Amino acid sequence: MARTISYREAVNEALRQEMERDPSVIVMGEDNAGGAGSPGEDDAWGGVLGVTKGLYEQFPGRVLDTPISESAFVGAAVGAATRGLRPVAELMFIDFMGVCFDQIFNQAAKFRYMFGGKAVTPVVVRTMYGAGLNAAAQHSQCLYPVFTHIPGLKVVLPSSPYEAKGLLIQAIRDNDPVIFCEHKALYDMTGEVPEDSYTIPFGEANVVRDGDDVTIVALGRMVSVAEEAAAELARQGVQAEIIDPRTTSPLDSDTILESVENTGRLVVVDEATPRCSMATDISALVAQEAFGALRAPIEMVTAPHTPVPFAQTLEQLYIPDAQKVANAVKKTMDWKK
Amino acid sequence: MTDPVSTEDAITKVTMPKWGLSMKSGKITAWFVAEGDEVAEGDDLADIDTDKITGALESAGAGLVRRIIAETNEDVPVGGTIALIAPADVPEELIDEAARAAREELDSGAVDEVAGPVLGTVQVDGRTLSYATLGAAEETVLLVHGYGGDKNSWLFVQEPLSARATVHAIDLPGHGDSTKDVGDGSLDTLAGALLGFLEQQGIERVHLVGHSLGGAVVTAAAAREPGRIASLTLVAPAGYGDTINADYLRGFASASSRRELKPHLLHLFADSGQVTRQLADDLMKFKRLDGVQQALDRLLGTLLDGDRPGIDAAALLQKFAGPVTVVWGRADQVLPAANATALGGRAQVTYVDHAGHMVHMEQPSAVVDAVTGALDG
Repeated sequence: MARTISYREAVNEALRQEMERDPSVIVMGEDNAGGAGSPGEDDAWGGVLGVTKGLYEQFPGRVLDTPISESAFVGAAVGAATRGLRPVAELMFIDFMGVCFDQIFNQAAKFRYMFGGKAVTPVVVRTMYGAGLNAAAQHSQCLYPVFTHIPGLKVVLPSSPYEAKGLLIQAIRDNDPVIFCEHKALYDMTGEVPEDSYTIPFGEANVVRDGDDVTIVALGRMVSVAEEAAAELARQGVQAEIIDPRTTSPLDSDTILESVENTGRLVVVDEATPRCSMATDISALVAQEAFGALRAPIEMVTAPHTPVPFAQTLEQLYIPDAQKVANAVKKTMDWKK
Repeated sequence: MTDPVSTEDAITKVTMPKWGLSMKSGKITAWFVAEGDEVAEGDDLADIDTDKITGALESAGAGLVRRIIAETNEDVPVGGTIALIAPADVPEELIDEAARAAREELDSGAVDEVAGPVLGTVQVDGRTLSYATLGAAEETVLLVHGYGGDKNSWLFVQEPLSARATVHAIDLPGHGDSTKDVGDGSLDTLAGALLGFLEQQGIERVHLVGHSLGGAVVTAAAAREPGRIASLTLVAPAGYGDTINADYLRGFASASSRRELKPHLLHLFADSGQVTRQLADDLMKFKRLDGVQQALDRLLGTLLDGDRPGIDAAALLQKFAGPVTVVWGRADQVLPAANATALGGRAQVTYVDHAGHMVHMEQPSAVVDAVTGALDG
């Protein structure tokens, strides 16, 4: 049955259940097995934020510690996937993608296409993203648009514990490379999650809230920010529909377009920097496919085009909040030609 | 002169009910009574909106509505006092005092947690069966849901019945929190699960209540062990009559997204407003559990023979001589109420207005009354 667990526990449970179900699933990454066996440590640290804790004990030999060499271990995971394993590699922070990007975009993403559909690469790269933990410019970015840009990759942004578990199980069972992006600030978020295994298909947006006045498309952590804004807007008589795309590749454009056809207004909320982002991508989609339905210019609520500041006050200012979302919605509501 | 102790006892607190395991609070969307109104047992007091569904709260007793405590649209925790009912001779001061205490309790949020149904599991034929129990009275009632449903579908029925009986609601194999493997998916397998539950629980005599597929399952169980079954209450049961909405069943089974599912769900209710996003969401979450799709497909083969019903429960009923009561929504679009004629003179049939296939959700009092009648013998 469904019980309330955290986002961190939901990710852990998905890994555990898939490792129980399928012996070809392995977990690898920096400090995933770290600490285990050393004096005073019975269990592994479970990665830098403890997400894989407990798996080392339960699955001997299937939770691998790797050197601090993303290029090597992501490459190893990709290679192992082509040879029949289903590796889940933990790229500690998405900010480190630069040192292993060739293995992902030029190798994993291309095999199926270049080998005429005969090669499958069922690898999952779990990675942590996002600001809010005061971790400075090299550990706080939202780089998922870069992965979304690459054909051949599937890119997943779970916004809640329920989404985290179902999307990760789907990612592990999927035969294509999947970049699974976990927001660091969501790990302690709790929610109802079924005990049984389940999957959420890729490319199906979730309508988080129904509304007829404005469509808010929000990604990852921004879904709960949008909900907070929508609750305040409802008190002022504005009913916002919130759409969580859940995966940026594939993207469920139908659900977004149908909603905008109904509301006539679009606000996209994205924690990533604004240039070449999901915010611009979704805005372009709607401008192209639903222009006739629009009753106001599209609004984007994003981070500014700067690195993530270290100073806490500036970091808080950097991240889109409910007030900024509500302001953007009001702008679309008040707009006159 | 009145005894102050007994007059305080004469004040009945109407509290926010717990409809379903996950309900923490509810919102009163409309009051049907005002202060000073006389109410009888079973009168509708208010419409209450949970995060799952809207239902009417019925009065558990008779008296005068002395105070309305919770306002329309106020979120009230389960167990919070929303109104006071008392005879006219209870003095105003006592009512004021009770109202003040109730209001303070709501404002402080310090409402005692209400004990909801107790969850349990049993092992039958290698499967785990999940159930929820409410009430502790001597007689036992077992509620059995329909195709694609679960024990929570009895949320409006289990609570009122729990005053009269120990009421179990079970998840059939393939459903709810029970093991998803349904074996051959036959009626016999499902009935075996029910009888196994009774055996494990040491229940020697039980009133069975079944909705839709569950109606056929309880009939099959009664045919196998008639001595154990005190009565049958069949709510829009499958297996009677020759009409079944095969398109609905296939559509429900094959829908792979909320968008595909929602139009099919409209066939379940007389009032389409009952098909909330939450209902569709919860059903999709169920359908996405590992093993559920296979279970639903297998059971579809039991329910259907081409476009016709695949179950003949009427034949099985001949093996059971005990009392049978039938409740059917007049607006049922899945198993039309005309199917009830197949029961001939064998059962007392109640046709319910403003109710579709989910009569126990839309007009729960009709089902509660039928089961209460069975308990009264």
